[in-house]
Amino acid sequence: MTVMKQYLLSVHFVEGAPAPSDEEMQTMFAETGRINDEMQAAGAWVFGGGLVSPDSATVVRVENGATTMSDGPFAETKEHIAGFWVIKCEDLDQALAWAEKCAAACGPVEVRPFDDLSQA
Amino acid sequence: MDLASIYRAEYGRCVATLARVLGDINLAEEAVQDAFTTALQKWQTPPPNPGAWIVTTARNRAVDRLRRESTREARHAQALLLHHQDEPREVGPVKDDQLRLIFTCCHPALGPEARTALTLRLLGGLDVPEIARAYLIQESTVAQRIVRAKKKIRDANIPYRVPAEHELPDRLPPVLTVLYLMFNEGYASTAGPLIRTELCAEAVRLARELAALMPDEPEVLGLLALLLLTEARRPARLGPSGELVLLADQDRSLWNRALIAEGHDLVRRCLRRNRPGPYQIQAAIGAVHTDGAATDWPQVLALYDQLLVIAPTPVVALNRAVAVAEVYGPAVALAELEGVDLPGYHRLPATRAELLARLGRDDEARAAYDQAVALATNETERAYLQTRRTALSPRERSTS
Repeated sequence: MTVMKQYLLSVHFVEGAPAPSDEEMQTMFAETGRINDEMQAAGAWVFGGGLVSPDSATVVRVENGATTMSDGPFAETKEHIAGFWVIKCEDLDQALAWAEKCAAACGPVEVRPFDDLSQA
Repeated sequence: MDLASIYRAEYGRCVATLARVLGDINLAEEAVQDAFTTALQKWQTPPPNPGAWIVTTARNRAVDRLRRESTREARHAQALLLHHQDEPREVGPVKDDQLRLIFTCCHPALGPEARTALTLRLLGGLDVPEIARAYLIQESTVAQRIVRAKKKIRDANIPYRVPAEHELPDRLPPVLTVLYLMFNEGYASTAGPLIRTELCAEAVRLARELAALMPDEPEVLGLLALLLLTEARRPARLGPSGELVLLADQDRSLWNRALIAEGHDLVRRCLRRNRPGPYQIQAAIGAVHTDGAATDWPQVLALYDQLLVIAPTPVVALNRAVAVAEVYGPAVALAELEGVDLPGYHRLPATRAELLARLGRDDEARAAYDQAVALATNETERAYLQTRRTALSPRERSTS
């Protein structure tokens, strides 16, 4: 009776941090591709991808029936999500093991469980 | 045995088994508390196997309660109970369950403070006010830590299992750290009375349980030996008026011989396995201190040299310097302390003060004692340092 649980593994980009060299980017892409393959083979992969920089974000609000849009990210912070995976695992230990691989490739990774109620 | 000691001994074991059966720590705690309340009303004398009685009663109570409730947790727990039905019924606490619970409470995904609070609560059966008193923190802070940790265990699905052999190098150290810190806080409290026996006793009890559950892990045996050999000297640690008495001045006849014998035996078992680790080496140092009429300092220093290689921390360097002073004299030890940096830790200036005093550099010693007094948080330790400072020869009148 194994209930699978979904976790968000997110990679963060810190504004002002030195940009990785082309060579580092190549390694990161290669590593990420390898992790994706491994996740798919293990049946853990749900979705994943990288995001373009937050200046291309748009925030949509609906208040009192009126829709407004604003240019830029939701919160003016120095850290932004640069990419993420959604994986399914049996427990946190399995999710942490994947996060370890992701962190080795892309830098610090935040692991967040999905709320069971919102999971289909 | 009275109910209080049965509670202390059985609470954690019963919660551990019920947590597996019910799949939920909160339900397990409630069920076990219910069962103890029933025991209080029903027991004229305790049954021959109180743990089995509590587990059976708690399990039945939980089933009754779950049938009445229809929350999500209750449905999940009912499903688990059904799932377990074809297994033989628990006749009492299951050993592995306790191990599972220790590893869950000390999971690296939980904050260090939460690990300790949760371990004391779930395995030690201490309630929130007891934990708050032991650590001199607000009850609300303790309660919040425990609630948050339990929520994370459930929400993030921190597994309830004993880590596999290959995971132990990462997973065992946090467990040992929790027990070590629990003992340390009891033995040299940051504030309040210098020694809090209930924390020491609980740490020793849990270390014993862990050693019984994992008899093949030398570091587990090493930790138990270290705690026993330290605990053995506790009766001599405070003088008649509650003042601190250091090792060299302790009345050795007050030491607990039974604990020392047990500790020495464990250290010998560790030596035979020949897989040394930081706790085993510290235990060996404790064994040297408690062997014979006086400490064999060259041997202590050799052990600290070994410890410094595998655990090169400033605290180890500080403790090693104390041994250096005994073997090579205070000047050499003082020189070794030059590069040691331990911001905020009173024992560094206290040790420097002691060495300076032995060298007759009283003015410098006085200044170092002042630094140590300013940093020490425990009143008993501060009083000790003040006494040492006063014992220095009176300050020479300034010539200017």
